Amino acid sequence: MSSGTATPARPYQADFLREVEREVEGGEWVRMCMQCGVCAGSCPFGPHWEHSPQKIFMMIRAGQREQVLTSESMWMCTSCYNCVVRCPRELPITTIMHGLASYSQRLGLAPKMQPTRDFSLAFYDNFKRTGRVNEMKITLWVYFKDGFVAGLKKAWAMRHVGFGLLKAGRLNPLEILGGHRCKDSKGIEAMLAKVQQIEQRGKAGR
Amino acid sequence: MAETKTMKTAAYICSGCGIGDKLDTKQLAKVAQREGKMALVREHAFLCSEEGVQQIRQDIAGEDVTHVMIGACSRRTKTEAFHFPEAAVARANLREGVLWIVADGDAHDEVRQEMADDYVRMGCAELKKLKLPVGNPARAESRRILVVGGGVSGLTAALEAAEAGYDVVLVERGAHLGGWAARLWRRTPSREPYAEPQETGLAELIARVNAHAQISVRLGSTVTETSGAPGRFQVRIARESGPAVEETVGAIVQASGFATYDLARLPEFGGGSHPHVVDQAGLEALALAAQGGPIKRADGQPVRSVVFIQCAGQRDTSGKHLPYCSGHCCSTSIKQAMYFKNADADVDALILYTDLRVPGMGEDFYRSAQHKGVTFTKGQASAVEASGSGARVRFRDFILDQDAAVDADLVVLATGQVANAGVDLDTWTQTVTEAESGSEPAKARRDELQKISVLNLNYRQGPDLPQLKHGFADSHFICFPYETRRTGIYAAGPTRRPMDIAQSVEDATGAALKAIQAVENAARGAAAHPRSGDLSYPIVRLEGCTQCKRCTVECPFGAIDEDERRFPVFNESRCRRCGTCMGACPVRVISFENYSVDSVGAQIKAVDMPDEFSEKPRILLLACENDAYPALDMAGLQRRSHSAFVRVIPVRCLGSVNTIWITDALNGGWDGVMMLGCKKGDDYQCHFVKGSEMAYYRMSKVGDTLTQLGLETERVVSHEVAITDVERLPRLIDDYVAQIVAIGMSPMKSFA
Repeated sequence: MSSGTATPARPYQADFLREVEREVEGGEWVRMCMQCGVCAGSCPFGPHWEHSPQKIFMMIRAGQREQVLTSESMWMCTSCYNCVVRCPRELPITTIMHGLASYSQRLGLAPKMQPTRDFSLAFYDNFKRTGRVNEMKITLWVYFKDGFVAGLKKAWAMRHVGFGLLKAGRLNPLEILGGHRCKDSKGIEAMLAKVQQIEQRGKAGR
Repeated sequence: MAETKTMKTAAYICSGCGIGDKLDTKQLAKVAQREGKMALVREHAFLCSEEGVQQIRQDIAGEDVTHVMIGACSRRTKTEAFHFPEAAVARANLREGVLWIVADGDAHDEVRQEMADDYVRMGCAELKKLKLPVGNPARAESRRILVVGGGVSGLTAALEAAEAGYDVVLVERGAHLGGWAARLWRRTPSREPYAEPQETGLAELIARVNAHAQISVRLGSTVTETSGAPGRFQVRIARESGPAVEETVGAIVQASGFATYDLARLPEFGGGSHPHVVDQAGLEALALAAQGGPIKRADGQPVRSVVFIQCAGQRDTSGKHLPYCSGHCCSTSIKQAMYFKNADADVDALILYTDLRVPGMGEDFYRSAQHKGVTFTKGQASAVEASGSGARVRFRDFILDQDAAVDADLVVLATGQVANAGVDLDTWTQTVTEAESGSEPAKARRDELQKISVLNLNYRQGPDLPQLKHGFADSHFICFPYETRRTGIYAAGPTRRPMDIAQSVEDATGAALKAIQAVENAARGAAAHPRSGDLSYPIVRLEGCTQCKRCTVECPFGAIDEDERRFPVFNESRCRRCGTCMGACPVRVISFENYSVDSVGAQIKAVDMPDEFSEKPRILLLACENDAYPALDMAGLQRRSHSAFVRVIPVRCLGSVNTIWITDALNGGWDGVMMLGCKKGDDYQCHFVKGSEMAYYRMSKVGDTLTQLGLETERVVSHEVAITDVERLPRLIDDYVAQIVAIGMSPMKSFA
């Protein structure tokens, strides 16, 4: 079962590869990578990643457990699917990237202060309460996540859009007080609980 | 051959295809009659029509015409219509060579007509020097095929030849048939879905060979002497048990295989010193011992982790190891990694590669190995060290760009194939030369070389097939991969180039077919490839020979030996009819019935040479008939015009160009000579391997002669031309004509 403590991964032996295959969504595909680098070349975020998908796959095979799971790279994926379309080995690279991110989050190894990760958590937290996304709250979270002054500046800059939405009735300021729930919030809660339960069981238990 | 009939010439001028619109064919007929001295001259509006051809046939049968000059299209077209086996034929190229290649418009009418007139003169002049080829009288009828080597290549060649109805003698050095394949546990797959190692199928192949009535197998035997020529090779076969035997065979397939690169030459990888470092052959032995169960090391320990190092001692740029890729080793390592994974999926198998090369359907096989969990790492090994009970491989990871190490119970080195191609002929020639000048160590070295020879040919040019690169008995890798430079002897399998079983099977089948073609041509007295079916053969006037040995040395095919008085001995059925000997001969005693120093020389002398004030230079183009001449024809077909001041004479090979032609041309007032031949050097395209190289070598010496004559050296040039140079060639010609015009007309014209 997954845990935060690093199991010893011998360099260039298949230990960590086997762990990834066992635990990570899409992980069983990593062995099929032929290291052509088309994914790295296709990624619109390519220059901004620490490790391209190609390198992440090689690091997994090289047993670099710590470096992979604490890497920021998988969190940078925007799900554009360019790499998936082009991969000659037909690897579901986007799925694997999200699978690795999710696995590192589960282990508590995901990088802190990573904006994509933070937003994902805020987003989940936001909709979990009412069963729907509270746009008022999520917007304010995004605006003020970097501090009060930064938030005010951002709000000032976006004021015309905000007023426009208000006038059109697309933004209700009263939602800040808690917001309305979805029709069957009990149903959503049950669903999320089930998801959590399935996730706890690990990939093999599904 | 004695001429039974007296020569009667006839010229036929065709006015079809627009020739009659642009050219005065009446005048051409007049030229043929008055200057060409043709006994019979006819014009026809459509000569290649049934009626036109019938006319020629009637003249041959009824008018006793023996020599036919056809002034129509290029000699490369309408070959079936204008095929008259009972008459000597010359062709004047009026369509591609004049009509289509000279620029349109009235302004060019005069030079166009002059060009056509000259081609008719040249055709008539050539015709009178031709004889009807009757075929090599030294016909040899043996249709048996000798196969040397009893591995997969040899077995396949033997079986293919036998199935086609030819008797085969199969000679194998060892005590069993099978070669390397017998030492494999499994082979790489040859069938869908290309996913699993496959049974070698060797037992069945051997059984079929042993059971075949037309194959006689000689085990424990080696070839100790080979003499003769296609259709009549005399082969002495020494046997481990019993006296040597003599066999007469028509052709030989050499399938002498390969040796693995010596493991001990890889000490940096523990080769030869570390007990748990093996090569791929060593791993096959372990796999054979395991019979599909878990593979154990030499010390009996089951292998839990294995690392394959690809390109070990191969693709080396430092000059220390093999410089080439052996082609099969990536697939072989993949197969061997599967041995481990199929016995126990928990065994770690890592393949360390720089470039994974899996020819054929290997990509599916590679994918299958990935499915099985074989790990592929792109990197280069630097060292193998002892570590615990196993080994540690140090390497550079090219993807992660870091130095790394991995531990393994067993390390497999993918070493390359080294050809068993016998003696390197350059070394041989050097050693023999030294030995003949009395050096005792050289004599000892020569005897040693003799021992590693595969065929022990008693040819003047050495005991084995020439090696092209890296010690492989390859010959013409671009145009004719199945050919060799010894007529009637064909290399097949890894002795020719590195290859796997599937490729060897294909290669051996090709070699068997070439051998069959060779025996059939030899039996007819005809040439082998590339002038397959040509009935002319080299005729030498020995009374004029000065024993200079140039023909014996320069023949690219080793067709010419020397007798005890040092006269050349022509083995006609080894000859490919390129004429390189004819070009080499300083006393011009070598000729073919339909191609000789005279037949070309007469054409050079036949043109009407304008005087030096005419502003009409004449430039002779000697064009190789294999590439340059077709390229010129195609330029004509595409109407890519060039200067009408050139006159083209096709030659069999630039190697057949005798320097007397150049001298004659310059003395005769020609303003320039341009030679167009194939690419020479390592990646040559010469159909006769060395012909164009010889020509360039000879022409490099022409400069002195030119200077002596008081001529500019630019008056003789050579160019390498490919058959695809259709665009380039007319420009090349025009540039040269412009250059000659700038230099000025030849001062020799006034003496001509």
